[in-house]
Amino acid sequence: MDPPLPVSTSEPDKDIFSGPRAEPLNNPLSETAAEQLKAVSGASSKAKGDVPVEEAGSEEPDDLFSDPLGESGAELETHTSNAPLLDFSEEPPKSDPIKKAASADDYIKKPQKDIFEESTEDGVKAAAAHVGSVAAEKKVLHTDLFGDGVDDDEDKDDLFKTPPGAMMKKPQASLFRAEPDDIFPEAKTEAKPATKASAKQPNNAPTDLFTEEPFTVMPAARAAVKPAAIPSANTSSKTNGLHSDEEDLFAEATVELSLDSPRNDRRKRDAMKPSEPVPCPSTSTSSSKPQPKKLEELEEEEKEDKFDLNISVTNPEKVGDGMNAYMAYRVSTQTTLSMFRSKQLTVRRRFSDFLGLYEKLSEKHSPNGYIVPPAPEKSILGMTKVKVGKEDLSSDEFVERRRAALERYLQRVVSHPSLLQDPDVREFLEKEELPRAVSTQALSGAGFLKMINKATDAVSKMTIKMNESDVWFEEKLQEVESEDQQLRKLHGMVESLVNHRKELSVNTAVFAKSVAMLGSSEDNTALSRALSQLAEVEDRIEQLHQDQAANDFFIFAELLADYIRLLGAVRACFDQRMKAWQRWQDGQNMLQKKREAEAKLLWANKPEKLQQAKDEIGEWEGRVSQYERDFDRVSATVRKEVMRFEKEKTRDFKKQIIKYLQSLLHSEQQLIKYWEAFLPEAKAIA
Amino acid sequence: MAVRLPVVVRGGKELLCSRFLQLRSVSVDLNNDTPLLIDIPDALCERDKVKFTIHTKTTLNSFQKPDFSVSRQHEDFIWLHDTLVETEDYAGLIIPPVPPKPDFESPREKMHKLGEGEATMTKEEYTKMKQELEAEYLAVFKKTVQVHEIFLQRLSSHPAFSKDRNFQIFLEYDQDLSVRRKNAKEMFGGFFKNMVKSADEVLISGVKEVDEFFEQEKTFLLDYFGKIKDATAKAEKMTRSHKSMLLACTVTTPKIAELLEKLRKLEARVASDQELKLTELFRYYMRDIQAAKDLLYRRARALADYENSNKALDKARLKSKDVGQAEEHQQQCLQKFDKLSESGKKELTSFKARRVVAFRKNLIEMAELEIKHAKSNMSLLHACIEQLQSN
Repeated sequence: MDPPLPVSTSEPDKDIFSGPRAEPLNNPLSETAAEQLKAVSGASSKAKGDVPVEEAGSEEPDDLFSDPLGESGAELETHTSNAPLLDFSEEPPKSDPIKKAASADDYIKKPQKDIFEESTEDGVKAAAAHVGSVAAEKKVLHTDLFGDGVDDDEDKDDLFKTPPGAMMKKPQASLFRAEPDDIFPEAKTEAKPATKASAKQPNNAPTDLFTEEPFTVMPAARAAVKPAAIPSANTSSKTNGLHSDEEDLFAEATVELSLDSPRNDRRKRDAMKPSEPVPCPSTSTSSSKPQPKKLEELEEEEKEDKFDLNISVTNPEKVGDGMNAYMAYRVSTQTTLSMFRSKQLTVRRRFSDFLGLYEKLSEKHSPNGYIVPPAPEKSILGMTKVKVGKEDLSSDEFVERRRAALERYLQRVVSHPSLLQDPDVREFLEKEELPRAVSTQALSGAGFLKMINKATDAVSKMTIKMNESDVWFEEKLQEVESEDQQLRKLHGMVESLVNHRKELSVNTAVFAKSVAMLGSSEDNTALSRALSQLAEVEDRIEQLHQDQAANDFFIFAELLADYIRLLGAVRACFDQRMKAWQRWQDGQNMLQKKREAEAKLLWANKPEKLQQAKDEIGEWEGRVSQYERDFDRVSATVRKEVMRFEKEKTRDFKKQIIKYLQSLLHSEQQLIKYWEAFLPEAKAIA
Repeated sequence: MAVRLPVVVRGGKELLCSRFLQLRSVSVDLNNDTPLLIDIPDALCERDKVKFTIHTKTTLNSFQKPDFSVSRQHEDFIWLHDTLVETEDYAGLIIPPVPPKPDFESPREKMHKLGEGEATMTKEEYTKMKQELEAEYLAVFKKTVQVHEIFLQRLSSHPAFSKDRNFQIFLEYDQDLSVRRKNAKEMFGGFFKNMVKSADEVLISGVKEVDEFFEQEKTFLLDYFGKIKDATAKAEKMTRSHKSMLLACTVTTPKIAELLEKLRKLEARVASDQELKLTELFRYYMRDIQAAKDLLYRRARALADYENSNKALDKARLKSKDVGQAEEHQQQCLQKFDKLSESGKKELTSFKARRVVAFRKNLIEMAELEIKHAKSNMSLLHACIEQLQSN
């Protein structure tokens, strides 16, 4: 015991040094446990102990990476067999497309697998992400989906450069964001009117989806999770469900493609037949090649819309006197579009002209399901003030507010590709003199008629009970309605914020005056100066509050007000779709009645009237199919319009909110400047 | 539910008190090198009573121990103030103004509302409201403790008051002082006294001032009092509208809700800091000036007494009756007046210096806080804009 005291203390040391060094590479996990025990006993081992721990940590991710690889591989196989089966069962019983779909599916099964094997890197990436979040709750899944979307986006960029091979990934990416339910109806409707529109529209929708902001992606992604459980038989883990969903969508995407463009499909089949063993590259190239082209075209088109037409409304000017006075605005257009007479157009328009334009546009376009941007509302009170000619602050504010609203209105109109083509819009921007818009006066007979029309519309809207065939529309309408409510609430909040800020500014001004008075009666000179400086600072802050209140209003509140009205227009376009549906249903009922009448005639054996009844049936059959086509067309337009609207909305909100935040930022900067200038004054008090 | 809630929140309050300790910086260091150091390290809220723990460190031998703590209520402070006012010897001194009654009425009212609305609110709303309430409570609490502390520190730093027997009892006596609250008669008496005083003030304002210094001081204080009262009211209004502005933007879209929520909280801090630094300063000096005015009144009263006694002496001499007595009285009055004038002069000069120092300190602190808050607001906005622009 006594002599080897130093030896015994050194022995464990040796252990500590030799032990970990030998083992960590072989068995890091168990080593760390042992290591930690040792770390408690000897302080010197602590530093050494850290190294294996880290190694153990890095080992785990490796496991994660290797494991999912096997898992996802297995999944791929099971689901590739699963997916087509499901497609068959879900396919509507229409003879022509189903054959194509079926045949297409047969071909697709293989390329799909191939592509997934080719892009195992992506798969692994995604799988790793999913495995990482298996333990997490369902909420996390949304973010995962979101993350995937980003990944896919990155892929997309690459894919554009290298069209063959992985090109098929692109539709998948887009559809991954869309609700899978949509794909079928869309394919259905597009297949039928196989006219010039069919080539363009289906491509259009994915494009929209594609470029959509993550803001709108979220609900879509959420929807995508829901059906995930249904197609995949094994719902053992959530990640599995997600994977199968992805693939299902993938399969559906190709189905859609084949339905949209039968010619394409045929070509595809022709291309594939000779080269059965390696169908993957040829399929993907032939089916997806036309798409990116159109995509780019569309994007270009959009850019043109955005940048080549610049409209500003300026110089509000009072014309005339008394109650007949009105405000005229200068509408200047700058454009390179060939459809206009010249590159620079300037006209003078009065407020009712803008209203007239809206009336014309909404008459023409809203029955077709277009979202016609609403013109600013008439304000009798505000205008009367202007008319009476009081040159006070509130009427100036009113005019400026209206000018800005009119400018935004026109910009919205021309940014709409279909409305831009309208001759009335062109006339509005180009023509020197417009015929006076008569039906826009709020208190005129026409206005009264409009009110009655609106009332009857509202009543008929309530009576129509539409059994919605398409979940998308139902969900969107609900979304729009709840959004409307939220916006209204928020708008109220922002308005009261504006009012309170104004009040604050007034009170700050009063306080500034009072401090100035206090400063003047202060007998300590330094303190007196500091107080008057404080008064000045408060004065400036008052101005700042006032400016910020204006910003609150013009940037934020007006944006909200605009969108509240725009959401009204969106609802109106849903109503139009409902009306079209109602007409179709009425037609069908009528046809039914006619048929019954014919049967009765047949029963009563009255051949002389039979012919007439048959003619009528023929006529009504024609009408019903016409109505049905109308309804389908309106539905498609509404869908497209809502997509467009949402995209615009996201962009608008982002832009405005950034602008608003920047205005806040500016205020804070000023505030800092003022107070920093004041600080030495305060310090100078002695 | 409604019964349980106040308990919960009160639990939060007690927690607040200890949390508040860490937050609070030493607010006034009037007594750095004095032999008497006083602070209020803790305070406890029980129903409508606030118990302040008063901690004293001293080197004076008049105290039994060098380091001790006692628990006092707001009423005890009032008692101390009143005894000081009534002490004849202190007539020539500016008696530090009594701290205002702790006003927890508005947070309590809100708490009540919160308790009622608990069923109708979502959990997030409830927690948010509760947090707000706690913040508001904290602000009031901070203010109350600070103002009581300042009162004691002013006393302890004053050469005459620090030796006052009642003050020492207040600090040292480890039992409850059990000061009874004023009853209705006394309250009315106080009110009546005030009336008489202000009437008297008007009456003796006709007395010709003999010392120019006091004449100047008087006009200045009167003027200043009016102004500062006005400024206080305006500042109160300003901070109030600042706060109500914050209430306006409570609900927002989820997208930028988080940011706006943070901004709102910061803005609330700005408002409460502004109140603490500026409005409180004004309020305090409003009261202090009132105290100075009281001093001037007492002096003017003494002067009037002196002149009256002069007249009485003249009369007595005319009648040659009780001349000795009148002479004595006149001498007494003169002495008293001279004493008051002398100490009053000193007091007013020191008051001026103190005021300037306090204004300087508070103004600097406020400017610094404003800058600090604006900067953190800016960084928040910056981060948010960048985040928005990147996606």
